[in-house]
Amino acid sequence: MHEMALCESLLQAMEEAGRSNGFTRVRRVRLAIGRFAGVEPEALRFGFDVVTRGTLAEGAELVILDVPGQGWCFDCSETVPLEHRLASCPRCGGDRLQPNGGTEMTIKDLEVE
Amino acid sequence: MCTVCGCSGATVGGADHHHHHGDHDHHHHDHGHDHAHGHSHDHSHDHDHDHDHGHSHDHGDDGHHHHGAAGLLDYGAGPARAHAPGLSQTRMVEIERGILSKNDGYAAANRARLARAGTFAVNLLSSPGAGKTTLLVATLKALAGRWPVAVVEGDQQTSNDAERIRATGAPAVQINTGKGCHLDAHMVGHALEQLPGLDGGLLFVENVGNLVCPAAFDLGEAKRVVLLSLTEGEDKPLKYPDIFAGADLVLVTKADLAPHLDIDDEAIDRALARVNPGAAILRVSSRDGQGMDGWLGWLEAERGAFLGALATEAEARAASLRAAAGPKPHP
Repeated sequence: MHEMALCESLLQAMEEAGRSNGFTRVRRVRLAIGRFAGVEPEALRFGFDVVTRGTLAEGAELVILDVPGQGWCFDCSETVPLEHRLASCPRCGGDRLQPNGGTEMTIKDLEVE
Repeated sequence: MCTVCGCSGATVGGADHHHHHGDHDHHHHDHGHDHAHGHSHDHSHDHDHDHDHGHSHDHGDDGHHHHGAAGLLDYGAGPARAHAPGLSQTRMVEIERGILSKNDGYAAANRARLARAGTFAVNLLSSPGAGKTTLLVATLKALAGRWPVAVVEGDQQTSNDAERIRATGAPAVQINTGKGCHLDAHMVGHALEQLPGLDGGLLFVENVGNLVCPAAFDLGEAKRVVLLSLTEGEDKPLKYPDIFAGADLVLVTKADLAPHLDIDDEAIDRALARVNPGAAILRVSSRDGQGMDGWLGWLEAERGAFLGALATEAEARAASLRAAAGPKPHP
């Protein structure tokens, strides 16, 4: 989707953390991105490089942790792991699934100086 | 600036106040916590944000957006941001916050504000040309005089849609997102300030026509309605699952065209059930009016449920306040 916008938000979060935690340089940032978050890691990396240029995070390593998807199967009445948004239920093969996990986009931690 | 795609800003239009922010970092209204260290705060905008944000407004001096004369907030122009790098030694900082937590904070503030006013807000999403504005015009005509209704219109450019809405007599604020591909909660918060009181009424937010980006941005709405016009093809929900997965209701629009199209109508239901089995689905035509009763009925029922839930909460709060005020039992 709009990875540039996410990178702008990410940069704001890092700048705020810098102000409240007293650091001026980010060396590495780790993100947890859910399989269903609609984020394209490559586009995110591209946006990150562009947006962080000339900021406290310029040149920082971007680590993207993949969070598996899961969904509620209406047929099994259970939460099951899902490979992708349109995957069938791995238990019953059913198609009526409501994703209920793997939509997060979270900043885990920063390595700073 | 805030959360608009790689861009620099947006305009909101509707009333006639005009203010200059500092640089377009005006979205740095820090929520919550990190103001223990007393940042200076020297901007002078005079509209109120309903959220109790802290004090990191580090507005610079070379950018502004206009809350313009003819009802337009323009975020499309503005210089690039500038940031100062710094130096020292390595350590780890745990953050554990959502990348969109800033947007989510504004959305929560909008939601609280709407709840206080008892305003039922609907976020309308679709591809460009699916018929959002036409549906709104038909809806506003049907609802005229029934409840207070207002509209926030999102488009990259022009006030055309807001003008179409105003022609029905309903107040409308146009947000131009500039290069942005979606509305965010901060823009909608500004737009709310320009609308008249909507106590007990309805607010429609017509998002930028786009089936991808708006999905991730909570605006503080009570319900999300996604439109899918019959000419777009049965498999739209499968091609753009994120937006359909978040829908409370899917409206299949331009239903009057069915006789002219080779479309498998049931395939739409199957595709939607695949990505969002819980969503309601209705067929409507703004042109010949078919299905409009169902749509208006849905609005009425959901608005009723929304107000009912608020009333229940208020009663519970009143009861606990009365209990707190009552005589204390002897120990």
